[in-house]
Amino acid sequence: MSEQHLLLKRVDFIFVHDDDWEKILQKTIHRPKQELINELISSELKGRGGAGFPTGLKWKLTSEAQGSEKYVICNADEGEPGTFKDREILTRVPYKVLTAMAVCGFIVGAKSGIIYLRGEYKFLEQPLKEAINEFSYYCNKINLDFTIRIFMGSGAYICGEETALFESLEGKRGEPRNKPPYPSVSGFRNRPTVINNVETLAHTYTIFKYGAKKFYDLGVQYSRGSKLFSVSGDTPKPGIYELELGMSLEDFVDEFGDGDTKAVQVGGASGFLVPRKKFSETAIGYQGKLIGISLPTGGSMMLFNSARSMYNLLDNYLEFFREESCGQCTPCRIGCQQLLAGIKAVKKGERPAPYLDKLLKLSETMQFTAKCGLGQSVANSFASIVENFREEMIY
Amino acid sequence: MAETIHITINGIPVEVKENTVILDAAKKVNVVIPTLCYHQDICVAGNCRVCMVEIAGQKRLAAACATPCEEGMDILTNSLKVRNCRKHIIELLLSEHNADCTKCYKNGKCELQFLASEYKIMTQDFIELNKGNTRTIDNISPSIVKDDSKCIRCQRCVRTCEELQGVNALAVAYKGHEMKISTFYEKSMNDVVCTNCGQCVNRCPTGALVEKNYIEEVWEAISDPGLHVVVQTAPAVRVGLGEELGYAAGNRVTGKMVAALKRLGFDAVLDTDFTADLTIIEEGTELLGRLKKALVDKADVALPMATSCSPGWIKYIEHMYPEYLPNLSTCKSPQQMFGALLKTYYAKARNIDPTKIVSVSVMPCTAKKFEAARAEMHDSGYRDVDFVLTTRELAIMIKQAGIDFVQLEDMEFDRLMGESTGAAVIFGATGGVMEAALRTVYEIVTGREIPFKNLAVLPIRGMEGVKMCTVKIESPLEEWKFLEGVELQCAVAHGLTNAKKAMDSVKDGTASFHFLEVMACPGGCLGGGGQPIPTNAEIRKKRAAAIYAEDMGKPIRKSHENPEVIKIYNDFLGKPLGELSHKLLHTSYQIRERT
Repeated sequence: MSEQHLLLKRVDFIFVHDDDWEKILQKTIHRPKQELINELISSELKGRGGAGFPTGLKWKLTSEAQGSEKYVICNADEGEPGTFKDREILTRVPYKVLTAMAVCGFIVGAKSGIIYLRGEYKFLEQPLKEAINEFSYYCNKINLDFTIRIFMGSGAYICGEETALFESLEGKRGEPRNKPPYPSVSGFRNRPTVINNVETLAHTYTIFKYGAKKFYDLGVQYSRGSKLFSVSGDTPKPGIYELELGMSLEDFVDEFGDGDTKAVQVGGASGFLVPRKKFSETAIGYQGKLIGISLPTGGSMMLFNSARSMYNLLDNYLEFFREESCGQCTPCRIGCQQLLAGIKAVKKGERPAPYLDKLLKLSETMQFTAKCGLGQSVANSFASIVENFREEMIY
Repeated sequence: MAETIHITINGIPVEVKENTVILDAAKKVNVVIPTLCYHQDICVAGNCRVCMVEIAGQKRLAAACATPCEEGMDILTNSLKVRNCRKHIIELLLSEHNADCTKCYKNGKCELQFLASEYKIMTQDFIELNKGNTRTIDNISPSIVKDDSKCIRCQRCVRTCEELQGVNALAVAYKGHEMKISTFYEKSMNDVVCTNCGQCVNRCPTGALVEKNYIEEVWEAISDPGLHVVVQTAPAVRVGLGEELGYAAGNRVTGKMVAALKRLGFDAVLDTDFTADLTIIEEGTELLGRLKKALVDKADVALPMATSCSPGWIKYIEHMYPEYLPNLSTCKSPQQMFGALLKTYYAKARNIDPTKIVSVSVMPCTAKKFEAARAEMHDSGYRDVDFVLTTRELAIMIKQAGIDFVQLEDMEFDRLMGESTGAAVIFGATGGVMEAALRTVYEIVTGREIPFKNLAVLPIRGMEGVKMCTVKIESPLEEWKFLEGVELQCAVAHGLTNAKKAMDSVKDGTASFHFLEVMACPGGCLGGGGQPIPTNAEIRKKRAAAIYAEDMGKPIRKSHENPEVIKIYNDFLGKPLGELSHKLLHTSYQIRERT
């Protein structure tokens, strides 16, 4: 960890391996539940899957929901293109996640936890099972009534969407549900459910271990704490980095770029493409009132240099969405097909360039009307690429 | 305790109960929000996104069918944003749809077409996605044609098949752009566990699922001077047909229907109700026979005896409960009894060569098309029923013939197999077969009328999923003394999900019925898959009221008093369950695979 010319301060919470989970679990479940919820709320931890819902509030709502049967679900269906941090957490520090799930169960009144593991992470199943066995053994020892099991996903991107994930868990086709009701009231098996991303759970471990302040002191207003970033693309140092939230994209590119960075895709295929001219005015974090452009990310940071075609990039994303839409709602199922067919037609000269404007309008309709986050967020990459690299779409 | 919520819709204040969705709130103030995937009979899907509305302060629109009202909501159903998005959604659906409307069976009856017309979609800017896709039609089944190129993926059919019928013949397959409605292993509808009930057809908003129609075949037969074309009409048709021809739901159009059929050129217009009465005699006798075997001979006999009028139910039990096939009454359905008698009894009496008779039926049902095509249904020596038309197909023919239906003078059915009773009419409603049977059986056994006011066996009327009633036999006639004090336990189920409940209770021994009536469709035949679209709970109730009114208006209301029924036993059949009855009026069933 003694690299030179560090522009961005590294944080080392998530992967630090203290092997103290038994102590932390024991200590935490003897604290008053309300105190734990307040601790979490004051840390201002927000969901690290990308949507950024305040974690403390989520747990609070579920703890207040009526129902004798509740669930804690760890969303390990890490499917966003360019994201590869959750598998690292589950490989290196699974006990932090397991402990966090048990603490969450203790707080909200759930006795059952499920890890929804991405189908492609089959190789993680066995080691994770072994970790769960050891963890369960300890839970028994301290009379903590909480069991965790693994459910293997089958490879559909949409199942990372929380309500589609519930459907999949229930043995049904992975299709998002109507909201409301929200999971905190009616989730898995229509029971109150906390569903958190792997990383979010790992951060709660940090918060319960060190206290909220240590976490809160990192980052900027509205975007507190640290975050894991999966850095890939045209970079000399791809990998996973834990960094403070709130950095400017310019600083990020200075550190990770190859000197010729043309654009950065923040937040994967469902996120935004930021062109070079906007690096300095873009911060990485959740949108707040006082800051300028702030982009959230589930961790995916893909860098592209000037050798890359932004048309090919968009073509690739749309191909992906056309494939991975569940297909139930009209704007997403057909919208994705039209956007892809549309940019191809413009590129080939079969449609005039202004057709792109019609497609931009369509992507806006998708954002307003799609049933779930997948269809709603196609517009993010579509509009940010078409608006910033329009000439590449045409010529 | 439901709280009252205050909202405004397009500026109009509305008070609604907690958990009311925006769509229903809007109806309260006469604001219509367009829908496609929504249907009152089934759960909310919220997938077509046509009903999107704007909620002030929210960037994204909300699906009116699925979003509950919240205190203070300020809802706009016709803002520019809503209109633009809605238009986009319709354009998208059209871009994926085989929009060759003029060549579509549902032309003029398609909900997508209505929307396209309402929003004046005059151009198609989006790219046609369905081009060149030719392998989309499954027309192997005698009942249902499925054309995927016209499907808008609203999943109404899937939800109908699952929730109302518990059959799950249709399901969603694949994802993304390849997502489609399909069957087990993508086999033909003809080769999967499908009962042909047509409830999916009744709920499909477009031309993706339609009945296989035999309109041209029937026109051809009528136009052939060498053929004697006879039509029979089922009881539920007369309370549904009007809806296709300018009447509100719940109107009886029996006389006008007969008049229209005569104008169409049928050589004889007869009534399935006649064989409904006959069914009661045969089935009632069969029930009493089984009870005698069970109570007197202590023989092992299959009870409860289940009715066999509904071909959707027959195919369902053949697939799902084959071990209970002996429980089915061996009586053919009224349609098939009619068909068998037409080419024997009728042909003989009218001195017509049966090879020259074309037997047409008008049914509220798509499964009847399958039933008529069954190998068992050739007991007259010919195919007993040649063509089955749905209520909807008849309406199409009436329109094609240029008949001003509303202005027609009422006419009477022709005779010989045209006379019927009130008991036969109620076959069209759930519980009707049971009620008709009880009217006759009770009187045969005791010599007295069934002890219900106006002969109306109220406990088995209405739309409850599984209905029960017990009829105690007291002071029977000498011949039936063994039934003294017996409490006849009857159960009625409609919709196959309810049939499953009833059958499971028989299977696990929690029920001890003697007699079970099952109709495959919700509400019975009046809610059949071949009835006018839309059909929903409200409309079913209206049609049922019309059926019971028709019953009350009949001079004779008990099957065994039908003079033509008495005559056919005297002149032709001999006695109930006699040799000829067995040959012509009874049938057998087959075990069907589940894959």
